Formats: sequence, structure tokens, C-alpha cells
Amino acid sequence: MAEEAKIPPKVPKGVPFPDELSKIDYTPPGTGWMDTPVKFKQGFWCYGSKAKNLETVDFPNPRQWLPADEDWKLPENWQEIVLKGFKERLDKYRSFKVFMDICVRCGACADKCHFFIGSGDPKNMPVVRAELLRSVYRGNFTKAGKILGKLAGARELTYSVLKEWWYYFFQCTECRRCSVFCPYGIDTAEITMMARELLNLLGLNTDWISGPAANCYMKGNHLGLEPHAITGNIEYMLDDIESITGIRIKPTFNRKGAEILFVTPSGDLFADPGTFTAMGYLILFHELGLDYTWSTYASEGGNFGFFTSMELAKRLNSKIYAEAKRLGVKWILGGECGHMWRVINQYMDTWNGPADFLQAPKSPITGTVFENARATKMVHIAEFTADLIKHGKLKLDPRRNDPLKVTFHDSCNTSRGMGILEEPRYIIKNVCNHFYEMDENTIREKTFCCGSGSGLNASENMELRMRGGLPRANAVKDVVEKYGVNMLANICAIDRAALPPLMDYWVPGVGVTGVHELVANALVMKGEKERTTNLRGQPLQGNGG
Amino acid sequence: MNALLSLVAVIALVLIAFIGIKIANLHFLFGVVIPYAAIATFLIGVIYRAVKWGRTPVPFRIPTTCGQQKSLPWIKQAKLDNPSSTSGVIGRMLLEVFLFRSLFSNTKFELKEGPKIAYGSTKWLWLGGLAFHWSFFVVLVRHIRLFTEPVPSFLHSIEVLDGFLQVGVPGVLISGVVLLLAVTYLFLRRVFIPEVRYISLAADYFPLFLIMSVALSGILMRYFLRVDLVSIKELTIGLASFSVAVSLEKISVIFYIHLFLVSTLFAYIPFSKIMHLGGVFLSPTRNLANNSRMERHINPWNYPVKVHTYEEYEDDFREKMKDAGIPVEKE
Repeated sequence: MAEEAKIPPKVPKGVPFPDELSKIDYTPPGTGWMDTPVKFKQGFWCYGSKAKNLETVDFPNPRQWLPADEDWKLPENWQEIVLKGFKERLDKYRSFKVFMDICVRCGACADKCHFFIGSGDPKNMPVVRAELLRSVYRGNFTKAGKILGKLAGARELTYSVLKEWWYYFFQCTECRRCSVFCPYGIDTAEITMMARELLNLLGLNTDWISGPAANCYMKGNHLGLEPHAITGNIEYMLDDIESITGIRIKPTFNRKGAEILFVTPSGDLFADPGTFTAMGYLILFHELGLDYTWSTYASEGGNFGFFTSMELAKRLNSKIYAEAKRLGVKWILGGECGHMWRVINQYMDTWNGPADFLQAPKSPITGTVFENARATKMVHIAEFTADLIKHGKLKLDPRRNDPLKVTFHDSCNTSRGMGILEEPRYIIKNVCNHFYEMDENTIREKTFCCGSGSGLNASENMELRMRGGLPRANAVKDVVEKYGVNMLANICAIDRAALPPLMDYWVPGVGVTGVHELVANALVMKGEKERTTNLRGQPLQGNGG
Repeated sequence: MNALLSLVAVIALVLIAFIGIKIANLHFLFGVVIPYAAIATFLIGVIYRAVKWGRTPVPFRIPTTCGQQKSLPWIKQAKLDNPSSTSGVIGRMLLEVFLFRSLFSNTKFELKEGPKIAYGSTKWLWLGGLAFHWSFFVVLVRHIRLFTEPVPSFLHSIEVLDGFLQVGVPGVLISGVVLLLAVTYLFLRRVFIPEVRYISLAADYFPLFLIMSVALSGILMRYFLRVDLVSIKELTIGLASFSVAVSLEKISVIFYIHLFLVSTLFAYIPFSKIMHLGGVFLSPTRNLANNSRMERHINPWNYPVKVHTYEEYEDDFREKMKDAGIPVEKE
């Protein structure tokens, strides 16, 4: 690597250069956090939700507003609304109640947050992020707080506190890394989710979240792809696949009686490099002769409702089971996505089940019954493919991926809200000859967020994203220098959207790929022509001349 | 500031007990009434808090998974870090409660030139926390001898172990010393680590000073100031059997100071962060199995929500669907 010309970083507009950005001061300010009012810094926050996107899902207080404005156009009794909502959630979620009560502020979480490491802002320490909410909890719902006030860490809910909530709870990606290290398992994601629910009671979402959520509600997917756009986009992919492999694939849409419904995040139907992952699915399923269908109604695996409120998340998620029932499939297969799998693993069946109209998932190729999904009836594609490889059902030529030196980024949600760690690694090791792990403190349950999860992958908060992504990018840089890694694999659509600009900024020259793009590149199909390029149209033999 | 206020509060407590005994002669108040009131507050408060937590539903199964899930039979599951069964959860909880496993995995980072971020293991907080909690527990257990006659034999074995150094008269018990050292360490890290100082509230310093003063007064009483042990035991046995018949004036003031500090600590627990000792058992990210794809988890307050149905969707896009060759329900 060293002798190659150094590629200059791509610096997004308004973001300082990497050398400058990485000068981070971790010294806390002289004033305590309660006495340091929030200051909105450009590049750290997203635009507020548009009225029409709130109206689509019947959310309160739709209006035109700007987060930078003094006046957020709130209803007069906004405090009452928030405190009532607070109380309601304390009574509904043991997690919330317990996490408000038991933190001892030991500080173990303090330096576990990628936003703290990347910004040095003490309010990005998970403990302080939670205290932003806890202080109001103590002031309004505990005896000690009501009597002792600030001494007991209590404070009033003021306009300034509300703005601080908005600023910092949209600087948390709900990645749960802090919760791994907390001796009581206090999960800032839970606290952020509750805070965002409270903010949404006043119409205070970001448009980067409420837009996709509204799209998903009406059109079935975040990107707002209408049915013909979905088939159209896939048609383009099929053309590319045909020119690369010589094989014309004919997938079906909304087909009743298929054995399997396939659901994946819509991001993979829209832009590079996600589209290459989608091509990977198409190629794999064709080669297996899988009896499956896509759906244009349930055309979203991800769930931006999950970054808004539990209720909206449930409303969006309901389409998956509803469509599986309408089409009469036997089980559901899900694509590579991070938060989608947290939702499916920990919420879907509870919200919208029981899926008693489906059958325990059974691979038609290997006969394996996926016992771990016998209630939810939904299988992760990495589980499905790992099982195929284990049974020798795929003819693979990993040499086709030889130009790639691959490392694997565990997504937050799939590692800390599910635990699918070995399946993707097993697949990668079978389809690639060069695989290298990053620093053990930055993978598996200790993985670092891409910096853009939980709906923060907008373009107006690029500085925040580059800062939050620093720990991840830095661990990639390490394996680039050690092993010449040039490809960052993952199983998450937000990663595929968020990591390319992150790599271009911190570690230029490293590409980003879904695991099933690698699978399809290595997959030797029956009747294919001799491949000269990979799915990206790059020459197969190494250096490209 | 927070630390100073807490220190002043604890000194005030010591003075209150001192004046109460030495000047006001309120032996019965400090020897009997306050201890009973404190224990009652403690019991009722802790039960109230625990019941309140316990009654709050757990709508979703949200364990933080810290290892490989149970999936295909040939993939090795991390049964403790990502449990799928009750026994796994129990194992995870035991290791958490008794050995502070999550803290054991603690790391620190350093941002160097380059930039280059390096991570290293750091075990001081784990060690200090473990020493603090275990020594406190042993000290507490040792005090059972004050409330029992005859003293149960297991206490003798604990005391032999605790006094293994075999120095001093009376023999030095290691637990008290470790407790004082550990609580001092926990205090010093709050003062000297900038991030920890930044997050520390008065409610964090106060219990540390309180426990420090409890330990100090106990150590003073045992090794340095003469106290009438026979009378003290008569009082404690009397308290335990609800029949106090000792002349309280015979007991020296240091004992009353110790007792008052302990009473304050017990009464304070239900209103404070010390409730984490109960909360840790109820933490949904630790005490649930990651099995919600295998077994249905019920949300007791699950309610129907407004959805955008397929029929509505087809009505919106029927013509476009037909043009794209997508099958529809209604032609």
C-alpha cells in the first residue's frame, strides 16, 4: 500500500479537514452540564420534520419550523404534554423506570460512545445524555428531587432543556455500545427512544426520519419507491446481471402461493453499493431455484418508525406479516439490514404476531429447520446462506474476490440486539480468500457505529457523522496499514449508505460492500458465461491492468 | 462544590449525634427510636421501590446481546453473554451481580497523533468496586454477632478468615480496612478523573462520605477508643428482640455516632441510587433471554394501531401496478 499514491480525502461541504477534525479536546468545560446551556452547532443537527410528513402519520403539531429558530411553535401546554407522556412511559416500560433510578454515575460508559470519542462534547457521554432526561425525572417524579432540587440532580423542564434534549437525543444512534459496559445494563438506546417519543408528542422530529417514515407508511418503503419503480430498478439490475453472467433472471412480485416472502431494506434497490447487494440476492435465489417473491407493499425491511415511536414502528412493521398472510407464503426471509433485525428479533412478534398462519422456516434446499426462528418465522439471509454453504449447496470460486482484502464491520443492532456474529464471518471466509479482523475492541459486541444510525444519515449533519464515525474508520485504517485491506463488508443498508463517505473522508481507497455481493461474485452459476468482471463491472483479475 | 456540601452534611450528622448524646442526653432517641425508625424506613422503602419496579410491565424482550446468538446447530452460541434459556440468564446474572462481569470488560481509549485510537483494558474500577461491595458485605455479615446469642458458628469461621493477618490487639479484620481503602479510592477517582468529576452529583459524594464515616467510626471503636462491649451487645440484642433493658448511658458517644450514621445510611437507601442493588436484578437488558424469535413474548399493553392496509395501497397504485405487470386483487 505504501508505494501507491496517496488518495486525498473527500471532505464534505462545511466539514473541516480530517487533520483538523481529529484534534479533539476531552477536557470538560469549567461549568457543570446543568449550567451550560445548549448551543446548536452547524453540522451537528438535522432539519425539522415537515408538516406534511407528520400529517401523513397523524402526528401532533404539524407546522413549518426550523430547529435554529428561537420559537419552535409549540402548543402552549407543551410542558404538561411532555410530563404526562413521561409519566405514562414510566408506567409502561420497566426498562425506562429502572434506568431512570439506578445509575450510580460510575463513568464506565463515558468513553464508550463514538460521538464522545469523536467530539469530546461531555454531553455525548452516555451518562450525561441520560442525565438530561433523568434530571427532569427527578425534579418531577421523585421526592428527593422535589425537596432537594439541584442537590439531588433535579431540574425544571424549560424551553432550553427541551432544546438540549432535541439536540442530544438526535446525536445518539441507539447503538447500545454503552449498555455492554454498564454494570446494570443501562441502555441509552432505551432512554433515547423514550426521549424521542416525548419530543414527537410536540412534533419535534427530524425530517430525515419523519420523511422516510411517512413514505414507508403510504408507499411501503422509506425511499418512497412506487410499485413500478421497484420493478423498474430491479429490471436495471437484471440487465447488469445478464451482461455480467449471461443469465436472465426473472424474479416475481406480489406473487400469491410463493413459498417464501423476501423482505429487504429499500436502500438496496436504490443506490450503490446497496444495489450490488440486491443483485447478490437475485443471483443467489435464481441459482437455488428458490420459490420466493418480492413484495411492493411490504417493500421495506428497515423501520424509521423505530427512530420515532414504538407505535409508529409497529404500524410500519405490520405490513410484513400482513403481506405474508395475504400472499399465503410459508415463511419470510429477510435481507441484510441492521436495525431491521433488531426490530424483527426483539419486537415484531410481540407487536404484530402471532404469525400462526406461517410455518416454522425450513430451507427448501438443505431441509434445515431454523429452530431459532420458529415463532417469528423470519430468517436472516446470513443464517440461510451460511446453512447452504455448510451443506455444500453452493459452487463457490473465492478466487474471483481475490483483488479484495476484506474486513467485516459488525452493525450495532445485529451484534448487540441479536448476536449474529459468526454467520456473516463464515460466509465471507468461504467466498473470499483474504479476510482480516479489526481490533477486537471495535468488533462483535464492542463494535463501533458507522456514526449515522437511527436516522442520522442525513447530509446537513455531516460533521457529526464524520466525528461519530471516527472510531470505526480508525479501526479500518489500522487494518489498511497492517494488511492492505481495501474492502469493508457489512450486513446493513445504512452502513452501505453511510460508510462510503466515511471511508472517503478518513480512509480514502476503502470500498464498502454487502456480504451477498461477495457471495454472488464467488457463486458459480449453472450455465453462466465466463465472467470477466465482478458485479461492479470491475475486471476480475486483480489490478485491473 | 457537590463534594464539599456532602462532606459538610456528613460532618453535621456526626455533630448531631455528638450533641444529642453529650449535651442533650438523648440516649433513648439515638439508641432506640432512630434505629427502629431507620430500619422501618429502609424495609418499607425498599419493598415499595422494588414492588413499583416489579409491577411495571416489560413490554419487549430487549436483552443486550454480547456474544453469538443461538442459531444453526454447528455455530457455537455464547450461552452466558447471549443466553437463550433461563439457565443462561441465571448464569449471566450471577456473574454480573457477584463478579461485576460487565465492568470487568471495561476499556479505556487514547487518541494519539495520526489520528490513531488505541484501546486498553482497565480494571481499576472493577477492582475497586468489587473490593468495596464485598468488604462491605463481609462487614455487614460480621455484625450479625451483635444480634445473636449464641453467635452462629459460621461467623467464627468468617472472623478467622477476616483476621488472617493476625496482627494487633484486638486482631485487625481485613474487611474493615479494605472497605475504608476502597471507598476512599471510589471517592478519589470521582475527584481526580475529569469526566467522572464532571458527572458527579452531591448524591454521588454523600453516600461515599457517609459510608466512609461509618467505617471510620467503626474502626475507631474497635481499635482505638474503649467501648463497653457488653452493654452494646445488650442493647443490640435488646433491639433485635424488641426489649431494650440496658442502661444506655454506659455506652460511649462514639457508638452512638456510629449507630446514627448507620441509621442515616439505611434510611437513605430507598431514596437514593443505592437502590441499584435491587435494580440490577430487574434490568431488562440483562435478565432476559434472547429468544424472542423462538418464543413469543407478550406485551401486556399491546393495542391495535392504525395501519395502511394493502387494499388502500392497491387503491393508490392499481393502474401503475397493472402497467408494471404486478398482480392485483381487484382488476
